[in-house]
Amino acid sequence: MTALLEVKNLSKSFGGLVAVNNVSFALQAGRITALIGPNGAGKTTCFNLVAGAMQPTSGEVLFEGRPIENTPPELVCRMGIARTFQIVRPMRDMSVLENAMVGAFSWTRNVSEARSTAYESLESVGLAGKANARTDQLTLPDRKMLETAKALSTRPKLLLLDEVMAGLRPTEAASVVRVLQGLAEAGLTILLVEHVMRIVMEVASRVVVLHHGARIAEGSPGEVAADPRVLESYLGTGFHA
Amino acid sequence: MLSLWLNVLASGVLLGLVYGLVALGLTIIFGVMRVVNFAHGEMVVFGVYIGYWAVRLWDVPIIVAAAIAAVVMFVFGYLLETLLVKRFVNRPHHYQFIVFIGLSLLFTGALLVTFGPDPRPTASQLSFHTVSLGFVTLDLARLQAAATAGLLITLLGAYLKFSSFGRSLRAAADNRLGGLVVGLNIPRVYAVTFGLGAACAGVAGALISPLFDAQPYLAVDFTLLAFVTVIVGGLGSFSGALLGGLLIGVAEAIAALMFTPSMKTALPYALLIIILIFRPRGFFGAKEI
Amino acid sequence: MQKRFEGSADIRPWLAGAMVFVTLALVGALANPYLISLMTIVLLFTFLGQSWNLMLGIGGQLSIGHALFVGLGAYSVAVLEVKYGISPWIGLLLGMFLAGSVGAALAWLSFRFEVRGIYFALLTIAAAEFARIMFSGWEFVGAMQGLFFPAPTNAIEFSMLRGDARFYYFVALALAALGIVGTELISRSYLGYVWRAMRDDEQAARALGVRTFRHKILVIAISAATAAVGGGILALVQGSIFPDSIMGMGLSVDVLIGPVVGGLGTTFGPLVGSLAAIPLNHLMSALGDSLRIPGLNNIAYGVVLVLVVWFLPDGIWPAMVRLCKAIQLPSRVWLPQPRKAEE
Repeated sequence: MTALLEVKNLSKSFGGLVAVNNVSFALQAGRITALIGPNGAGKTTCFNLVAGAMQPTSGEVLFEGRPIENTPPELVCRMGIARTFQIVRPMRDMSVLENAMVGAFSWTRNVSEARSTAYESLESVGLAGKANARTDQLTLPDRKMLETAKALSTRPKLLLLDEVMAGLRPTEAASVVRVLQGLAEAGLTILLVEHVMRIVMEVASRVVVLHHGARIAEGSPGEVAADPRVLESYLGTGFHA
Repeated sequence: MLSLWLNVLASGVLLGLVYGLVALGLTIIFGVMRVVNFAHGEMVVFGVYIGYWAVRLWDVPIIVAAAIAAVVMFVFGYLLETLLVKRFVNRPHHYQFIVFIGLSLLFTGALLVTFGPDPRPTASQLSFHTVSLGFVTLDLARLQAAATAGLLITLLGAYLKFSSFGRSLRAAADNRLGGLVVGLNIPRVYAVTFGLGAACAGVAGALISPLFDAQPYLAVDFTLLAFVTVIVGGLGSFSGALLGGLLIGVAEAIAALMFTPSMKTALPYALLIIILIFRPRGFFGAKEI
Repeated sequence: MQKRFEGSADIRPWLAGAMVFVTLALVGALANPYLISLMTIVLLFTFLGQSWNLMLGIGGQLSIGHALFVGLGAYSVAVLEVKYGISPWIGLLLGMFLAGSVGAALAWLSFRFEVRGIYFALLTIAAAEFARIMFSGWEFVGAMQGLFFPAPTNAIEFSMLRGDARFYYFVALALAALGIVGTELISRSYLGYVWRAMRDDEQAARALGVRTFRHKILVIAISAATAAVGGGILALVQGSIFPDSIMGMGLSVDVLIGPVVGGLGTTFGPLVGSLAAIPLNHLMSALGDSLRIPGLNNIAYGVVLVLVVWFLPDGIWPAMVRLCKAIQLPSRVWLPQPRKAEE
């Protein structure tokens, strides 16, 4: 199986600070991959580099074999990579459904087509019942799912999720996990950036661990969890299982 | 020929210093509060009227008139901020714009009601005195205005740089959240800032009262001129305001010599558009608005 | 199931709008000449407000120099008719083209460097002032002496858009109706969704594939072109144009008062706001003149603006809608959020 997205020797520095240091990984189509690491590990920077929101200092990002590292975010989206934001950003005077419609206009100008696509996206994340609600009436988990639905409406091949489970209670996170598994079964490739390791282990088929901007481990959840370097990065040196 | 050019240049520099002071008032307010004072020209005109009354009624020297304008306008600005402007500091720019447009209409209306629409010449004795410095002949009013403006700009710069309150002003300008965290009294910083900005405009108005007839409708021109000056220099930048003022003053003076009067007034805007094309944030502009 | 979400199936707003316009048409048929000329101005500024509203209320771009576009439209119509006897219809087209191009050029210049917000607004005002001064000194367009249309006739000549006061009233009414229907249609088309997304959060919109650079230029060009149409008709109604009044700061402010007072980003806001603000201004001017107190109208206008922004920040129209929830007219209320502290 070929990689849908390939990240090669990616680096990004801000002034003297190296946020991402020579990171490489690849995403297999139709799977959920997680990018994890402690705070300040460079996960979000890495995510923004892939989404086109930032340009790398060096290195390559290949999507379906084409380099995208200098492509602006709107074109990255139109190529088939949709993202969510860590801080949820619903549009204020639009209903939940209308919010989800915007993404569809990246591939159609037909309003009713956009509406039905948006409705399908909402259904797939379990928000269809609240389609007519105003976004400020939504709970935090619902808002996170609306972010996902907005991204889904762009009909992506690859979905980038930035900490969708941060701040959620365990039962809420569990329902998000079910949604993500459903999406992956339907053939979508997902890259998940998470801080919380435990949830990732349930949902991801492959895990990349970043620490101080560098990749320190990659493998199946089981392999990664057993890696002493990973435990060290999360719990500090001196901890040995 | 050379002496003509030198004279024009010198008078441009002199007026430019006063423009710099006007712009400084606008830029301080913007730098600290991220508010564009669209009623700045009205504050200059208030100063012109203060200068007019002080000189006309009490026959005081223009320096004293400027001091009166400074005090009056500082209090005015301080009160305006505490009573009204602070409610709009965190609102989007267009709301602030509309509030200030409302204020400027209100102020112009108040001036019209009080003084009527006709221009009132201050006709200072100073306008007719000149000082000769070799090649250059300068009129005393202009020289005095420029010297005072230059002195005030220097003092204000020193104050912002060395006094503890000045430092907290700059801290607030750099980072409003940071300022809050380190325990600055932000409401007071804002009120003082607005007062200082208004005082700069008022003093500049008083200083140029011997050169411009007092007239309510002058305000729009001063507001626009101040905008042009600060954008050329870069919104929120101290040295930018000064540089912008000098540039506009000199450009105007040279244009007056070379072009028709209407071209002269168009020049600052042309300059502005050219600068925005090549240096969109002015010479010393803040990175993000 | 999905049919329940068809927002455009609601015809009540159209009915209400139609009722408003039937009433306004009756006003035109029955009212006295003073009221007719006042209402003509109200309707023209409704249309101009609508054009400004499209740019800020839906597109999120602030212009404080709309007089530039209004003036370009007015001059296109006036120069062609006065100098060459060419029909205002052609003048309106030329004005749309000129204003649209200038608007697009300004937007391109500004957004090319990702300069936005207040800098763009200041650029619009600088461009407007620059144009006003250039036109004031340009003999070909009449300089400060302005341009005068041929004396009005009572015979209505549609091809030359010439007629009596009542004729212009109905022209203005048609224009205002066109503006409202047009705004509503744009607002419900994909452009409306994309523009509102861009207005609320540009980064988020880009992440959803919205090509914001071209959409910002597009919304500004459309707004500028429609403002030019309003300007052209305004010139015809006034019978003469002068650079200071048709391109000055004052006109830029008049354009935005309607939508701000009425309700930013709403379809009916500019109409309601113009209906409230312009008669007030006229009343206060008349009062000031009769009491020999110049400036009274400035004070009244100033106080109203400050009070509205203070107490009714989203305008009169949304407040009215909240009051009579039962009728449920469509409103696209945009409640701006406080700017972030770290800006």
